[in-house]
Amino acid sequence: MMKITLILMQAAIFIGLAPFLSGLIAKIKNNIRMRKGQSVFQPYYNLVKLFSKQEVISEASSWIFRATPFIVIASSLVAAMLIPGQRMGDLLALIFVFALGRFFLALAGLDTGSSFGGMGASREMFISSLAEPALCLAIFSISLQLGTTNISALGGIRAVSVSSILAAITLFFVTIAETSRVPVDNQETHLELTMVHEAMVLEYSGGSLALIEMASYIKQMILFFLIAQIVFPVGLRGMSSLTQTSLWVLWYFARIAVIAVMVAIVEVSVAKMRLFRVADFLGFAFALGIIATVCAMLGV
Amino acid sequence: MVNFNLLFDPLSIFFLFVIFIISLPSAVYSLGYLKGEYSQGKVTLAWFLLSAFVLSMVLVVTVSNIFIFLVAWEIMSLVSYFLVVFDTEHEKSIQAGLIYIVMTHIGTAFLIAAFLVMYQYAHSFDFLAIKNACQTMPSQVKNIVFILLLIGFGTKAGIVPLHIWLPYAHPQAPSHISSIMSGVMIKTAIYGLIRFVISILGVNSSWWGILILVLAVISCLVGVIYALMDHDIKRLLAYHSVENIGIILLGVGLSMFFINKGMPYLAVFSLIAGLYHLVNHAVFKGLLFLCAGSVYKATGTRDIEKLGGLIKKMPQTAIYFLIGAMGISALPPLNGFVSEWLTLQAFFLGAFSAIGGSKLFLGVCAGMLALTGGLAAACFVKAFGITFLALPRSRHAEEAKEVSFSMKAGMFFLAVLTIIFGLAAVPIMGLLAKVAGASTGIDIGNMRFSLNNLIINPQVGKNIYLSTPLLALALVASAAAGFSVYLLFARLKPVSYKTWDCGYYKLEARNEYTATAFSKPFRIAFSFFLMPYRKTQKIRDSFYHVKSFAYETHTISVFKKYIYAPLVALVFKSASFMRRIQPGSIHLYLAYIFAALLFLIIFMQKF
Repeated sequence: MMKITLILMQAAIFIGLAPFLSGLIAKIKNNIRMRKGQSVFQPYYNLVKLFSKQEVISEASSWIFRATPFIVIASSLVAAMLIPGQRMGDLLALIFVFALGRFFLALAGLDTGSSFGGMGASREMFISSLAEPALCLAIFSISLQLGTTNISALGGIRAVSVSSILAAITLFFVTIAETSRVPVDNQETHLELTMVHEAMVLEYSGGSLALIEMASYIKQMILFFLIAQIVFPVGLRGMSSLTQTSLWVLWYFARIAVIAVMVAIVEVSVAKMRLFRVADFLGFAFALGIIATVCAMLGV
Repeated sequence: MVNFNLLFDPLSIFFLFVIFIISLPSAVYSLGYLKGEYSQGKVTLAWFLLSAFVLSMVLVVTVSNIFIFLVAWEIMSLVSYFLVVFDTEHEKSIQAGLIYIVMTHIGTAFLIAAFLVMYQYAHSFDFLAIKNACQTMPSQVKNIVFILLLIGFGTKAGIVPLHIWLPYAHPQAPSHISSIMSGVMIKTAIYGLIRFVISILGVNSSWWGILILVLAVISCLVGVIYALMDHDIKRLLAYHSVENIGIILLGVGLSMFFINKGMPYLAVFSLIAGLYHLVNHAVFKGLLFLCAGSVYKATGTRDIEKLGGLIKKMPQTAIYFLIGAMGISALPPLNGFVSEWLTLQAFFLGAFSAIGGSKLFLGVCAGMLALTGGLAAACFVKAFGITFLALPRSRHAEEAKEVSFSMKAGMFFLAVLTIIFGLAAVPIMGLLAKVAGASTGIDIGNMRFSLNNLIINPQVGKNIYLSTPLLALALVASAAAGFSVYLLFARLKPVSYKTWDCGYYKLEARNEYTATAFSKPFRIAFSFFLMPYRKTQKIRDSFYHVKSFAYETHTISVFKKYIYAPLVALVFKSASFMRRIQPGSIHLYLAYIFAALLFLIIFMQKF
């Protein structure tokens, strides 16, 4: 029972903080571009706003379109529950849980009969299927060091090795692709030639869109968390006093924010690439994953 | 001396189970499927062939004698040939049948060769005697026998590059037969590999496992990439069989690899993963073929570019297809997820225990398995999305009606099994452990694969857990949570309106994304292998006005172009060369007979 409460609590914290991360990235990007930019809490306002709007559902669509937001949010929530790494927290299972949400999102994209949806679905599946081997190898090389694929073991990394740095970079590449960030995709645009994720969810509005947005915030936070956990293994162990505990919690989330800052910097400093170049981008990530595995093999 | 004893050891019983669990719903399904499609006489013939087919497969997996095994194997091949050419009025069926029967006999020839070598050492056809004789067989001979068996069974299983018949033959048979062929028949080859290579011959050197792993990875990728390019719903599924045989062989190959490395625990675990995927593939592929048959029956076409919107016309078939598609795409908590996860874990645990370069090799194989999984998911988004969602693309699809009760019953049964095999992972693994232990000859007495009845724990002491029932529960609870948030906060009632069409006001099926368009990124990314060919042509009224536009694209099969076409050309060339000795003159023929007689007399005298 204690464990379940713990899992639910951590999931709740993830849900609560996930939109903030997106707001933070947007804010940093705007500041680098010398703009004032929106508030970091804008994603929360957006969610509230979306819920108060009336939803429009396409006449051509079926129950798949209506059910998808709930399946997508479920996949993200379950992933957030896997993170605390009690019995169920398995890194390899995480790949499959994310795949569930993506599968239905792509189907919903096709369901409305709009070319945008189909285009988005096709591209999203293309990018994610190429990201999967890189993700798998990154997990593999980390797990080889840990001797387990359990997520909680990530906390047990004592020192940062070459292999885990490389794995983290691989994971970073995959994260950029999976969270639809520049140079793979661009969340800010609604230009039909460039959008991938946004095209897929183009027909969504109102509460359903809010759920889907929420799901992608959570997914993003989970991926950032994994990178942070590898690069900055939790240093402060003691949780005896209140100050120590609060310091620990602060450090826990500060690391994730650091990753967010890095993503923001990458986003403003590179240009979006052509869709077919993404294959090279992710191929490079895969090669990095292989090198990480070799390093793990050599024990460095 | 031929004995007719049947064998009922765990391996045989497991395969019997797989045969019956797919044949039963397929038979029920065929009640509705055959009705109206064929004449009364053909329906009777179909039932006869179905029974003979199932019976021959039962014999293949239960006989204990290589001579009878070959006979049963041949009956199975011949009966399935008649089923492939069942729709004799189609030109395609005849061609598919020809390719099938040639390939399957090439495979059988290799099997006969392997069995003859075995017989040389055992002087008996009996499995047991051969097994004993194999212990004294020199390792060179063992290697040769292994290669012969691999080619022989590989042809039936559809390992790349021997898969060439599969995408022709499977789609051409009536759908309930496709479901049995793809679900069960190609698995008898896996039975053969496990029985003859692992159990009887005994794994001799480590390259056996590595060779199978490499072939398996290639089969996975080639199968799924071709499936992505194909828009014939049944041929697409047939290509996925190539892919899934690859995944099954990953488990089997890993097991052989570990047997040779002296890691009995992992050998059993990998074989469990392979066998689990075998039964899973039988279930969901059987289901998908039945659904594809329903679509064909309702619309009269197998080209998914002409379908669409069927989820509204055939809601139940759509749900069953969706469940099958989720299973094959390895989405939690269904069955494909469990077996692919187990296979990945087998790779991981193997890489962790192995030393040196094996670690990297296993890691890259696991990466390729992940790529296969991603591509398979993409392919089934295409297959389900284009076939069932959005607006119908043709009149056939518009007029489709839900299929009859018996067809739905067959699909329902397999759809339920897809879910059960996902949720009841732990007890199933327990049963499969017995099969794996018995066929590898490893004592599984003190091996444990699970923590309790809910949670899988691949290796005791390793902190790895997976529980599909809990995962399913968490998914349902989270979806419910999302739904209640939605109900609570989204107060305005949704309205139904047209899809946004950029102000075009006439959005129809022609504006929809097609399967060709969907697979375009993949076609370009894998163009080095697929060699896509495209042709665009402007049809003009006058110099200034383009009346219409013709666009054509297809991919070229490298295997057909570089392996099979030259091979067939060679056969024809040598045949026409040989024809010279047959000029039609009876005098010459008499001279041949005389020469042959002389040769024989001299041969008998001298040797």
